[in-house]
This record gives sequence, structure tokens and C-alpha cells, in this order.
Amino acid sequence: MSTEIDRQWTTRLRKTVVEKLPPDKLLPDTQPAYVASWIYVFGVTTLAALAIVILTGCVLAMKGPLWWHLSGTGHFVNSLHLWSVEIFFFAMVIHLWGKYFMAAWRGGRQLTWVTGVVLFLTSVGAGFTGYVSQTNYDSQWISTQAKDGINATGGGAIFNVLNLGQMLMWHIVLLPLAAVALTAVHVIYVRIKGVVPPFEEVK
Amino acid sequence: MGLTGLLGAVFNLDHVGKYIHWGFIQLSVSNAIVIGLMIVTFISALFLPFPGRRNRKEGK
Amino acid sequence: MAKKAFNPDVDAPVYKGKYAPYDIIKEGTIAVVVVALLTVVLAVLFSSPDEKAVTIKTWSNATPMDFVATAMTELDGTSGTATYGPPYNNAATGQQVGPLTLAKWMGINVNVNTANDFVVAPLSTLADQPALTTALTTFAGASSAQRASWEADYSKALGTGTFSGGTLQVSATNAGPVPVMMSALTAMARSGALDQALVTAKGFYTTDYTKPLLFMADGSFLANKAQAQHLSGDQWGMMNETGSYPGQAWLWLYTMWYQVPPFSTSWGANADALVWAFMMILTLLLALMPWIPGLRSIPRKVKIYRLIWREHYKNA
Repeated sequence: MSTEIDRQWTTRLRKTVVEKLPPDKLLPDTQPAYVASWIYVFGVTTLAALAIVILTGCVLAMKGPLWWHLSGTGHFVNSLHLWSVEIFFFAMVIHLWGKYFMAAWRGGRQLTWVTGVVLFLTSVGAGFTGYVSQTNYDSQWISTQAKDGINATGGGAIFNVLNLGQMLMWHIVLLPLAAVALTAVHVIYVRIKGVVPPFEEVK
Repeated sequence: MGLTGLLGAVFNLDHVGKYIHWGFIQLSVSNAIVIGLMIVTFISALFLPFPGRRNRKEGK
Repeated sequence: MAKKAFNPDVDAPVYKGKYAPYDIIKEGTIAVVVVALLTVVLAVLFSSPDEKAVTIKTWSNATPMDFVATAMTELDGTSGTATYGPPYNNAATGQQVGPLTLAKWMGINVNVNTANDFVVAPLSTLADQPALTTALTTFAGASSAQRASWEADYSKALGTGTFSGGTLQVSATNAGPVPVMMSALTAMARSGALDQALVTAKGFYTTDYTKPLLFMADGSFLANKAQAQHLSGDQWGMMNETGSYPGQAWLWLYTMWYQVPPFSTSWGANADALVWAFMMILTLLLALMPWIPGLRSIPRKVKIYRLIWREHYKNA
């Protein structure tokens, strides 16, 4: 017979979480021996790059959107932001190639794959809104070109790439929130299911 | 100098870039380098021996 | 219930082999430190691009006749923006994917009336110019047929027009108030006041640059600059960057479709909509890969995995 405490939402949530993701799965101290290739480092590299992207973005946010045009330090922080983004995409694409050739969706890991693809799209959107929020010639050109693509889909009615305020908000609030939340889900799926085992070779 | 010197670019990329034309493909040299590096990195990751493997053999 | 047959592209074998020590926190820390150092090195070596934004002031000072010609197309409703359709106005249907008029269905949510927003309204903010005030009153009171006839006369004369010594010389004789309006707008543009008028139309604070950007995009100054830097759509420009910096290389597939038939030829009028539709299908295929027979078997068949797990297979 379940007590009142057992029926509480909080108790149920805690039990489900601990059952699905016990601490030794969340923070494991061993890995299956097949996890031994350089290809495995690109996931964590992508995560690390995301951390640097967010950190440098936060520094840029502290001083506002025009600071980096006016100060040498600001320009340097902008350079850090740009190059961490380059590393982020670089690592993410190699991670994607690697996971594809391992067919890493096997064994009930489909949602890990799907969240990864959605994360890639979110990142492209975050990168794009960053490019159009630069407040320089690059953002003028990119936004006036990209408007035709977005308008053609009907998206222009709600997503106006020529509106700096709107793009900056998407870039520094909405898309980072989405990216971080999706990353958390993606990593939690990996921890719950573990790293995909090798194909069985028929001898 | 000092900080400002350090913060300036060692290689100045503020000039019109070079572009590769292969048939209908047009690619900036910088993008080509980035894409080339990605492919090289991917292939190296597949082929280079991963350290730590020796430990395991000697271990259990 | 019968057990489903094992599908090597869907199911994973149960691993019963060895485990090795793994320090996930140490790995994460090393990754952050390495990426941070690499970022600093790249930033010091290469910096980042920052080409100053163009203004209507710089445009109208550099190429005044291009500015006047563009402004005239805004006034007579023949510019790219004036004839755009949704989401700016209802001058056209907008692009479509077959019978689907997506842009039209979403409606006009970013209202732009080029004659009023780009020409008449900014001019009416100029105070203490009696000749201009009279011209604007005459223009406002005229029938649309009358306006069209003035505009046509001015546009025709514009071909032989010149700009020198700070004065616009266009020998239009039957253009009514249009010459006064165009001269005033040009002066306003060259002073920088038009840049301001276009963004502050709704009040003091502004974060929306839709109007000046559309106005500039209708002229050729912005585009010529882009062409010289290899940024145009037909130059795979979407993945390029100002200067010699790497750009959004991850857009290669999206920008590629614009370069190839039929997107670049017979589908050209709806290329944006069709490329997007096509990319959506490809993206769905990528996202749904685990469920697509054939595509999901490629990794097993190309056997790149044997390189990744070579130790595992050697020890097995």
C-alpha cells in the first residue's frame, strides 16, 4: 500500500529520475572497453566549445551590442566568440560524421540522434542570428539577402531578419536557451543509454 | 603596444579573399582550408592509435 | 508476444565485455582548457572581421545618381521592395511551392509603403522649407494618374541627369512637385538625416532597421560592394565572409542548390521557396535516419566502424 508520501509528485519524480539515471550512470567511472578511439573526443569538444561560446557571449552581452566596434578589448572578445564558434561547428560536424558511421541510434538511441540533429539546426540558427546582429556591413548584407529565403517560406511574417532588436533577442536569449536545454537532453540520453556497442561481426 | 599589440591580428585577413572555382563550385580559400582540416581531422581520428589502450592490456 | 527479430541497423547487441576506468570530469575539464587555449590562439592569430556598416549617407555621397534613381523607384512603386508582396505589402503573391502560397497565407506583418515610408514621410519631417512644403501639399492633393505622369516624366529625364557641386540637375519639365521632392530627399540623404528619419518614424527609441535596409537593398551600392567581396547569392556568398575570413561554411548545401538547375534556371522565380522546401525534406531525412531503411544500413555496409572499433574486433 502506498503512503501519501509515495503518491506525492515530488517523490514520484525523484524515484523516476533516480531509477532512470542513477548517479553512477550520470557520472560514470568506467566505460566499455570499445570506447577507445579519437572519434569519441568530438562530442565533449563540442560541449567545451559551447561553454566557451556562451562565456565569451556573456562578456559581449555585459557591455552591449556596439562595444566591440569601439574598443580593442571588445574586438578581441568578439574574436574569441567567433573562433570558439568555428571550433564548435568544426567539432560538431565531425561528431555527426562519427556517430553516423557508428550507427549510434541503435539499441533505443533514436532520440539521442534526433536531438543531435535538432541541436545542429538550432546552432545554425544561433550562428545566423549572431551574424545578423553584428551591426556592421556583414550583418547588413546577410540580413538583406536572407530575408528573401525566410520570406519565401512565410516565416518573414513572424521572423523579421531586418529587425535588429528581434534578431539580437533570438541570438542572446531564445536560441541559447534552446541550445542549452537540448544539449542537456542530448547528454542525459547518452548517459541513460550508454555509448552504442559495436556491430556484431558474423564470423 | 602592450595589450593592444597582443590583441591585434598576427595574420591580417582584412583584405578581399582568394576564391577557388571548380566548375560551378566557388569556394573561398579560407572555407576550403576549414573544410579540408575537418576531413583531415576526421580521417586522423579514425586512424591514429588512441592512447590508454596499452594500459588496458597490461591491466586486467 | 513473439520476440521481434534482431535488426542490426536498429538494435544493438548486449555488451558483455570489459570495462575500463574513465574519468568523465577530468575529460570535460581537459576539453574546456584545450578549446579555450585554441580559441585564444586563433583569436590572437587571426582576429575577426568588422567592416563598417554602410549608411544611406555614405551611399548617396558615393553614388548620388544611384540613390536618386532608387528613391524614384520607391516613389513610383517599381522598386524591389515596392513590388515585393508579403510580408511587406500586397503588390505580389510572393514565392510559392507549387500551389502553396506560403508567404501570402502568413500575411503582411511588416507593413512597408515605399512611396510614403521612404520618401513622403521623411520629407514631411523637414521643417522651414516652404518650397518643399508646397511641393508635398501639391503631391498629396494630386490624383494617382497625375502623380504617375509626373513620376514618369522625372524618371525619363533622370537618364541624362547629373549631380555636381551638391546640386541635382534633372531637366524634367512636366514633373510637377517631384523635382523639388527629389532634390530635398537627396540633400537629406547626403546629410545623414534620412538614415535617422527612417528608423525613428515610430519614436525616439529604435531597434528596427527594416526600412533603411530595404531602401539600401533596392539600390546597387550594397550589392556592388558584396559582389566585389564575393558575397552574392550566385557566388555561393551565403557561406562567405567579408575579408579573407572563413564564413558560415556549414551552409554549403543550402547555398549550393541556388547554383544548380532547375533552381538556378526554370525554378528561378520561386528558387528561395523551393530550395527551402528541398532542404526541409533533406533535414527530415537526416533527423529520421534511424527509421529509414536503406539509409540507416549504410554505416554497417561501408564498414568505417571497423576502424573505430578495431581494438574491439582484434580482441574479440
